[in-house]
Amino acid sequence: MANVEKDTVTGTDTTGHQWDGIKELNNPLPRWWLYVLYATIVWSVGYWVVYPAWPSLSSYTKGVLGYSSRAEMEKDVAAARKAQESWRAKLAAAPIAEIVKDKDLLVYATAGGKAVFAENCQPCHGAGGAGRPGGYPVLADDDWLWGGAPEEILATVRFGVRSGHKDARASEMPRFGEQLKADEIRVLADHVLSLSGKGAKSDTGVKLFEENCIACHGDDGKGNKDLGTPNLADGIWLLGGTRETIAAQIATPRHGVMPAWEGRLDPVALKMVAAYIHALGGGK
Amino acid sequence: MNEPSAVATSSSLLYAAREEIYPRKVKGTFRRLKWAALIVLLGLYYGAPWLRWDRGAGAPDQALLVDMPGRRAYFFMIEIWPQEVYYLTGLLILAAIGLFLITALAGRVWCGFTCPQTVWTDLFMWVERLIEGDRPARMALDRAPLSPAKALKRTAKHLAWLGLAFATGGAWIMYFADAPTLLREFFVGRASAEVYGFTALFTATTYVLAGFAREQVCIYMCPWPRIQGAMFDEHSLIVTYEDWRGEPRGGAKHGQSFEGRGHCVDCGLCVQVCPTGVDIRQGLQMACIGCALCVDACNSIMPRFGLPKNLIAYDSIANQAARMKGDPPRVRWLRPRTVAYTAILLVVGAAMAAGLVGRTRAEVHVIADRAPLFVRLSDGDLRNGYTVKILNMERADKEFRLEVAGISGATLTIPGFVAEERTAAALPVKADSVGTFRVFVRARPDRLEGRAREIVFAATDESDGRAYRRANVFNGP
Repeated sequence: MANVEKDTVTGTDTTGHQWDGIKELNNPLPRWWLYVLYATIVWSVGYWVVYPAWPSLSSYTKGVLGYSSRAEMEKDVAAARKAQESWRAKLAAAPIAEIVKDKDLLVYATAGGKAVFAENCQPCHGAGGAGRPGGYPVLADDDWLWGGAPEEILATVRFGVRSGHKDARASEMPRFGEQLKADEIRVLADHVLSLSGKGAKSDTGVKLFEENCIACHGDDGKGNKDLGTPNLADGIWLLGGTRETIAAQIATPRHGVMPAWEGRLDPVALKMVAAYIHALGGGK
Repeated sequence: MNEPSAVATSSSLLYAAREEIYPRKVKGTFRRLKWAALIVLLGLYYGAPWLRWDRGAGAPDQALLVDMPGRRAYFFMIEIWPQEVYYLTGLLILAAIGLFLITALAGRVWCGFTCPQTVWTDLFMWVERLIEGDRPARMALDRAPLSPAKALKRTAKHLAWLGLAFATGGAWIMYFADAPTLLREFFVGRASAEVYGFTALFTATTYVLAGFAREQVCIYMCPWPRIQGAMFDEHSLIVTYEDWRGEPRGGAKHGQSFEGRGHCVDCGLCVQVCPTGVDIRQGLQMACIGCALCVDACNSIMPRFGLPKNLIAYDSIANQAARMKGDPPRVRWLRPRTVAYTAILLVVGAAMAAGLVGRTRAEVHVIADRAPLFVRLSDGDLRNGYTVKILNMERADKEFRLEVAGISGATLTIPGFVAEERTAAALPVKADSVGTFRVFVRARPDRLEGRAREIVFAATDESDGRAYRRANVFNGP
């Protein structure tokens, strides 16, 4: 062009553009740079051809490679399952009592059990088996209604508690509100508290306890895991440890329900989650 | 306002075609320096992975090794774990400040002598000159129509370049695996896809960058030329042209008088030898990488005319001004910026050295359970769960005695190691690995005085009695 203006200071051509008196110098871009841009555009067209790219009304172009991230993921999952097989075979063969003693098996079982627990147990029992007030037992403490040995935990998980399964853990405390008077229940609640050193001991309380409670809860009130009767002589209360909540439980007992997991989880998953629960800190 | 002051120019002016550069062979001080730098640097690059360093059984014996799958880096006697990667940050800071310092002192010596782009371009140009000849021969060859001789030369050149590029890419991967093993695996086809992929990648980049892109990398891709202007001052040594002595320039004959004219005989040799194709007589410019080959070129011409050397010289702006006035030149090494860069360099270097000398080769990390925060036990005690990790960074199996302090009467159990409540536990940790332990700490609630309390885990190395501590919290209701 004939009338290209030159900047007087640098001697460089200007582009002819001017903003608020500032002129834009024309320092030309190297041409190969432009070709790199074109090359990237051509490259992107290649993507359309080999990878899924364009949507249609009901589907999309699949690309000649037939790539799909879902298929990729399924392949990874299948590979992971294959890698797990030898461990799963060992877990399937070993009884739970052996799994918790074998360090290598235990590492694998607790890692797997953690995932099973998070998906199935955590909604009621809380992360890490922290429990929830109102009848969801803490699984990390050393107090077990139905026993804390590995095989006892596994049985509870498999068959549930009052779940309707034929092997379910089941017990039912009678409604003493229909047999005892209200003031008797209060005295009895006091006596129950006294077993863990909190309430007032009384002769009436001793008598009422012997007549009504020791058959299931034992002479010293320490419970019986075969019957699922709680230990009344410790500091752990599933449904609250005040005189009022204890009296309420004597008069009109509440009974929690836990579903049976046999059939919902495969046998290895059941073993893994039992091993995990056992390792939460309270396993016997 | 947005008023075009002139008609927009043709769009073809917005893009510039690369002008082929045919650097001429040159001899002299700086050329010898460049050869020396090239030999030393390439020797280091290709040779370093083959250095051996005995670290004992079970440990790699390569002096320089970055073991990505094993999460370790080895530098002679130093072994770096991933969490110590800040030493790499420190090295990068040292490198950056060192670059600032050398640029403030002596201009673009990094660009001109040591940058990989410069070194490999120099190497590729040497090969090119061997096969195709010097500047005039190469220019003629480029213009000549395709002939069997031309095709042969071109093929030979590109094969040689590809060979060099492959050696470069192939050497890079040696830093990431045992070099002798990898070399064998590479050529019998048993190395990993990553190894072949990275070799191909670095072969391609070396071939393209050193064979074709060359000065375009320095001018258009590299940010450093744009930054280094801020490192210069009038005392920095740069490649200068004494225009007060050289101008007005003009052709000259042997033995003629230089009265009333400049010393520059306008032979153009300074431009012909330049690897980036600049004319240094226009003064300091971004495309000048400071390699000083033009100094060598000019100094080969000046004596022929009986003129003093160093019309083009490695000198500072301030010195040039002094020489023009006839004052004695003086190099000022001590300037606020050089002192500041040196001070930062020393401080960072000292901090790194102190960190390296004082670093422990074991660590304890404690992660408290988030859920449950605490557990109430049958007898009324409180229990908190922790995951304790003991890092044994030495090449020997060790036993650590773990204790807790801060809560009187606190006891611990560790599934798999300590079944009964104890106050201390002996825990084995294998060489060069992390031992992970579930630790349950039990305490009476009245010891907490109604609040969460600090609890300190101490792991004592049974072999030398050194204790490593880590504080955490014991929670209660």
